[in-house]
Amino acid sequence: MSQSYNRGLVEDFGRWKEFSAGMWAWIFHKFTGWVLVGYLFTHIAVLSTAIPAQQGEMVTNSAGEQVDVYTNTLTLLESTFVVRLLEVGLLAVAVFHILNGIRLLLVDLGIGLESQDKTFYASLVLTGAIVIASVPTFMAGIGGA
Amino acid sequence: MSTQVPETETEAETEAEPAGESHQERRMADKAARREYRESEKKAEAELRAAEESVHLKVFRYDPEVEDKQEPRFDDFYVPYTKGMTVLDALMYARDHYDSSLTFRHSCRQAVCGSDAMFVNGRQRLCCKTQLSEMAEPVRIEPLPHQDVVKDLVVDMEHFYDQMHAVEPYFQSEDVPTEEQRQSRENREKIKMSTRCIWCGACMSSCNIAAGDNEYLGPAAINKAYRFYMDEREDEEELKEHRLRILEQEHGVWRCQTQFSCTEVCPKDIPLTEHIQELKREAVKNNLKFW
Repeated sequence: MSQSYNRGLVEDFGRWKEFSAGMWAWIFHKFTGWVLVGYLFTHIAVLSTAIPAQQGEMVTNSAGEQVDVYTNTLTLLESTFVVRLLEVGLLAVAVFHILNGIRLLLVDLGIGLESQDKTFYASLVLTGAIVIASVPTFMAGIGGA
Repeated sequence: MSTQVPETETEAETEAEPAGESHQERRMADKAARREYRESEKKAEAELRAAEESVHLKVFRYDPEVEDKQEPRFDDFYVPYTKGMTVLDALMYARDHYDSSLTFRHSCRQAVCGSDAMFVNGRQRLCCKTQLSEMAEPVRIEPLPHQDVVKDLVVDMEHFYDQMHAVEPYFQSEDVPTEEQRQSRENREKIKMSTRCIWCGACMSSCNIAAGDNEYLGPAAINKAYRFYMDEREDEEELKEHRLRILEQEHGVWRCQTQFSCTEVCPKDIPLTEHIQELKREAVKNNLKFW
């Protein structure tokens, strides 16, 4: 609604400390949704190097060997620590989006609306557990492991 | 408290003025009012000293009609605490003893009229239902967010009322009933919570979607529609269709994104989100036909 003047923090995100569970669930769901949309584009960019690779295009990699473009891209990305980190982040985002999506499905079906805050916390905890459990897999062969 | 009447002038200038009858009376009345005011403030000070506990209020002030008050600010009030005191009681004490220009709505003081919903310590609450003892100090009192402020703690409710009326909150059966219209116990239970709405506007103010979309009906209005849609005493198919058509529009039930903000703040504990979700399902059922 239009305001005749600025009421300061009353109406903006600066009040985040006062948000309740349902509000956080909503914000996280939006955020993870947009991250996943953004990921789709980078995913397409990476995968599209498979087309020249299919047509036999070769490049010289850092070790001086001739490999196809797709293999080169992937090995390059996978050997970077930041990319591994981002992968863990991607998993976190995807898992939360899935779990909260299930929660929202239940809400839409009218099941367990009284415990919507508990299911939100549960999905957060579950996300954390899955992400931590996945770290050894994602970080395998990089940085000392 | 910067809004107080300046108390310096009085005696000197009274004598210099050539007094007309009415003018003098007015001046005397002014003086009496000021005296009374000073006395009540003294009384408040004494009470404050005598009280075991006092409560610190931070109250939002804004008055577009007075030039010096157009810049929103917070005023501090210290109110002697008595057991069982509500936020509204404290506000009334501040108004009666410190600053008579402090403006807020209140009426029944028992959570029935719904006129004193405010933003207390970061949440929409009904002031008369909120115990001071449960609030962290300083108690920060602001007008409802996402509504235009008229003055101090008073917001413009016109838009809220428009949305409430938009769902046609009345029985519209064409034929006059020949006998008493009975409602089954089950049906009464079903709509019981939805009938409790007191039109305080807390839900609408807490709703993020309503804040960004002026046309959204809002939780209160949809709850109102639920109350009539689910009532078995209005059972004509066309009427049910008609009600659903209002609700299933772009800015109707589908705007709800289940933040649960409204349910959280409702002073009457109406399961608003649940009702909105149920109406969503009704709308789907009505439009999805496989035969």
